[in-house]
Amino acid sequence: MIRFERVVKRYPSGREALADLSLEVATGEMVFLTGRSGAGKSTALKLLGLIERPTRGQIVVAGQNLSAIRRRGVPAYRRQIGMVFQDHKLLHDRPVWDNVALPLVIAGTPRREIDRRVRAALDQVGLLGRELGLPVELSTGEQQRVGIARAVVAKPPLLIADEPTGNLDPDLALEVMRLFRRFNEVGVTVVVASHDLHLIEKLGARCIALADGRLAGAADG
Amino acid sequence: MAERGARDTGVRRVGSALSGWLERHLQTLVASLGRLARAPFGTALTIGVIGVALALPTGLELLVVNARVVATGWQNALDLTVYLKPQLAEHDGAQLAERIGARGDVASARLVSAAEGLAEFRRWSGLGAALEALKDNPLPAAIVVEPRVVQGAGDAATVTSLAAALRALPGVDQVQLDTEWVRRFTTILDAVRRTVGLVAALLGLAVLLIVGNTIRLDIDARRVEIEVTKLVGGSDSFVRRPFLYGGFWYGLGGGISAWLLVEGFVLILTGPIGRVAAAYGSGFEVHGPDLETTMLLLGSSGALGWLGAFVSATRHLRAIEPGNDA
Repeated sequence: MIRFERVVKRYPSGREALADLSLEVATGEMVFLTGRSGAGKSTALKLLGLIERPTRGQIVVAGQNLSAIRRRGVPAYRRQIGMVFQDHKLLHDRPVWDNVALPLVIAGTPRREIDRRVRAALDQVGLLGRELGLPVELSTGEQQRVGIARAVVAKPPLLIADEPTGNLDPDLALEVMRLFRRFNEVGVTVVVASHDLHLIEKLGARCIALADGRLAGAADG
Repeated sequence: MAERGARDTGVRRVGSALSGWLERHLQTLVASLGRLARAPFGTALTIGVIGVALALPTGLELLVVNARVVATGWQNALDLTVYLKPQLAEHDGAQLAERIGARGDVASARLVSAAEGLAEFRRWSGLGAALEALKDNPLPAAIVVEPRVVQGAGDAATVTSLAAALRALPGVDQVQLDTEWVRRFTTILDAVRRTVGLVAALLGLAVLLIVGNTIRLDIDARRVEIEVTKLVGGSDSFVRRPFLYGGFWYGLGGGISAWLLVEGFVLILTGPIGRVAAAYGSGFEVHGPDLETTMLLLGSSGALGWLGAFVSATRHLRAIEPGNDA
């Protein structure tokens, strides 16, 4: 599903976030990217979402070479992946329903179908019945689950999450991680960046450890 | 049978795709209107500025149109003065007047003898004493000709050709076309009208800039929303769409307020101008914008707003990318 080939990412500031990183994730796999902050986890995910472009090297996702995707092709590519962010990136002036429906509205899904799938996605994250609430009326954990519902509502084959539990207490964090596990069980490839090794141990999935933008050694969890 | 079924479902699929597209656009159209309504003060300001900018060329155009109506009124009451050669006997003059009066394109012809002409001149010139000093009557006899003007076709060309025909008659010294100054007036009106076109173009540009700038501010205010939309796969055109409709509403709102302003002016001016016209014995009435002008105003204002938004949004939305803040 995902292949990084000798990827280098140097930011304009001169900081080298990734230095010659190569890795592979199989279709249907669930993988944790671990490492200290600054190890390159976030950068790797940004490259996957085409939020950043690599300085050197190649990234192939679902058979598509990302360097071949031009600016105009980026939106269509992003619609194939679900992204979850540490800061949720919700629209705070719009109700939960609108937030979750956004990817489907963009894709031009018929209205009735949108309604059905938004409810299904909210049901999966345990927030059915909260459609009309505004994000600010929800707890941090609930906001993160709205973000997850939005990421999965269009049924993307790949789900990537950057520190999705960074702001959550341990119980909520475990709950969110189990949610990702469930999506993985129905066939979605999941890549989660997290520094919380404690939590990762409980879930049992492959870990790819990064250090200074390189592979620190892959281990089966 | 099966083939027709396939075609039917094909048609239905195209139909539902079309109605889906239509539904999405209608939704954005209404949503962007709702967004403007939620910030009534700012919206009213923008619309007011556009309205004033558009009211100016519309008002000037109306001025030209009304002046034209007045000029046409004058043109319908045109007279030709045919001056006869001084040596022509009065009796021949009367005959000539009769001959001219019998023409198909002449409504009436009246002989004004040299003596009558002098008496008339003395009456309104106030130069009576000076005229007494003259030995001979310096005025020639004249025939005042009222052309038969077909209603609506009373243009200067018909009258000019009539004048040429009269000039060729024996005994005629010269023909004076009283239309000359009316024609000059219409020429001036044409020049003014062209100026109105230039003013309209300039103020149209102003509307583009006003809407463009407003949309730029709107985009700044909705930066986060745009970033998030792009993150979840919103294309440039998807992100741009609500702003285009916003621009359209600004423009249309401005057009409507311009129309109201102009109508207001007309209402205010109708009374005084009507009194002036009545004083001059004219039935002239001020014309407000007709249906065509109104449609043109509203259509072009909506289009200008859309275009201003298009240029501005295309330029500024490009700069907003989710990665830029990292």
